[in-house]
Amino acid sequence: MADREGPLLRIEAAAKRFGAHAAVDGVSLDLAAGEFFCLLGPSGCGKSTLLRLVAGFESLDAGRILLEGEDLASLPPHRRPVNMMFQSYALFPHLSVAGNLAYGLKGLGLSRTEIAGRIEKLLGLVRLDGLGGRRPDTLSGGQRQRVALARALAREPKVLLLDEPLGALDRSLREETQGELRALQRRLGAAFVVVTHDPAEAMALADRIGVMEAGRLVQCGSAAALYERPASRYVAGLLGDVNLIPGCLGAVSDGLASVETALGPFRGRAPEVDLGEGAAVLLAVRPERIAPATAGEGLSATLVETTFLGERVRRSLRLPDGTLLRTSTPAGAAATGWPEPGGSLHLRWPPDAATILPA
Amino acid sequence: MTRSRLLDALVRLPPWLWLSAFFLVPFAITLKISLSEAATAMPPYLPVLDWKGGLEGWSTFLEALHFQNYETLAGDALYRDAALSSLAFAGTATAILAGVGTALAYAMARAPSRWQPLLVALVVVPFWTSFLIRVYAWIAILKPEGLLNAALLRLGLIPAPLEILNTQGAVLIGLVYAYLPFMVLPLYAVMSRLDPTLREAAADLGAGPTRVFWTVTLPLSAAGLRAGALLCFIPMCGEFIIPDLLGGSDTLMLGRVLWSEFFSNRDWPLASAVAVVLLVLVVGPIVLFRGDARKAGAEAAR
Repeated sequence: MADREGPLLRIEAAAKRFGAHAAVDGVSLDLAAGEFFCLLGPSGCGKSTLLRLVAGFESLDAGRILLEGEDLASLPPHRRPVNMMFQSYALFPHLSVAGNLAYGLKGLGLSRTEIAGRIEKLLGLVRLDGLGGRRPDTLSGGQRQRVALARALAREPKVLLLDEPLGALDRSLREETQGELRALQRRLGAAFVVVTHDPAEAMALADRIGVMEAGRLVQCGSAAALYERPASRYVAGLLGDVNLIPGCLGAVSDGLASVETALGPFRGRAPEVDLGEGAAVLLAVRPERIAPATAGEGLSATLVETTFLGERVRRSLRLPDGTLLRTSTPAGAAATGWPEPGGSLHLRWPPDAATILPA
Repeated sequence: MTRSRLLDALVRLPPWLWLSAFFLVPFAITLKISLSEAATAMPPYLPVLDWKGGLEGWSTFLEALHFQNYETLAGDALYRDAALSSLAFAGTATAILAGVGTALAYAMARAPSRWQPLLVALVVVPFWTSFLIRVYAWIAILKPEGLLNAALLRLGLIPAPLEILNTQGAVLIGLVYAYLPFMVLPLYAVMSRLDPTLREAAADLGAGPTRVFWTVTLPLSAAGLRAGALLCFIPMCGEFIIPDLLGGSDTLMLGRVLWSEFFSNRDWPLASAVAVVLLVLVVGPIVLFRGDARKAGAEAAR
């Protein structure tokens, strides 16, 4: 029975093996109606397989997938109320744009004029008005991408699955299309699940990001949460540059913990899981959280190099024990406190800007 | 002319030489014989060009040519019936082949990929046996006391042996059997290269397996179907061995008419005329059709 209270899509301990390789390994995930979710991970991490399990192109080895409380296992792909936009677009080359859009509308019991009206609306939605008569091979890459999107939206799916939807576009077009995709999802209110290997794209698009590694969903949360409070070294490094200082976990109090390092004691946000005192940990600090301090406090360091990157300035600093730290400051900000390369200074960062990760 | 263009021309030369030597020249000879007159001589037709006669030899030679044989073909209902019956046999067999070949090629293309080379080999293997022997084998299968009737009688499905051999049905069975690989292989070549995500996309858009086949797989395999149909239809129109061995004496096909004019009547000119008519009948529409298709393709590209 449909359960209106629960999540729109629920994945319970889904597992899929290909031979000896566990492509999806016990993934559980809840998706709310109208949510924009992003599965992020390198190629081969199982994110596309998870999408294909939801669409029904692969069958589960273990676990369940429920849509509005209803188990999808018994439904073949053509009966599932989800639609997929394929990475290769998979447009039918023998049909016109309108024919491609109409393909999913036939069999819904619509009249010919209703179908024509829906096609017009879809073409307007993706700004392809007037191109209904064209063949896919006469369109540009960006236009084909929009046809594929419109075709996947034609049946008004409750969940739209998008496999690397922007992967084949060039960089400038991709950024523009991210905004459009985001706006479209807001307007339609459907749940979108996007698979991508690009962290910047995931952060630009999604309400919530699920990071996958080797078939497992390792962390799930908003872009800000994943960026500021990664649960592992992998997630921390995936979403952006990070400085890692090895050390030993000390006492935990009020969500903060002390870490004993070769550079002295530091404080940082305690890990979510209890690692126990004395555990080997990493102190993770984002480059933009490190600032110069007045002499006498913080960590003494020598500036090695300053690199101007346009909107940001990156600096490389050597600590007394030889480790290098990277910092990043907005280019327009005053350069007060930063010496010339070769000069020495003191560095500091707020304790809650540092996250303690299992080593 | 630059070096590369010279090389280019050299590369193009062999196919032209080949076509000229083995198609154009024989066709010209056949055409010439079809305009000649049968004679009890060696060669069995007149006129023969007198090479030593110079310009005069040529003019007497050309004056002696005539269209008498074509008039005979047009006037005699036998030849017209043979032509129509050939087209009907070839057309029916091509239609059956299209159905059977599509099913077979589709099953092959969807089989596990490690099986596919074996399946292709199985389709091709019969070619290693003589064509004549394979057609004779069908006599053994189809004759009243043959394998098929014995099996059907044993199973109690029929009360008396069926009369299959020496009927039109036997000719169709023979044609479909013999030409099946020519239909299956081009279809398989196209179908095995179809992007499987297109089928997935169709299923994703609500199409069941049957609709996916009719609306995606088949339209995208049309090129293979067309190639297979041409490869089967053209030679089947002139087929001689199958109607002769399986069809009995009253099966009328141009190939048989041609054969009996050549070898029984020793009327080479009339036989040549039949050959020319066959060629025009079969190749003519195809050349026209292809020109049409190319125009349509060019238009679609625009």
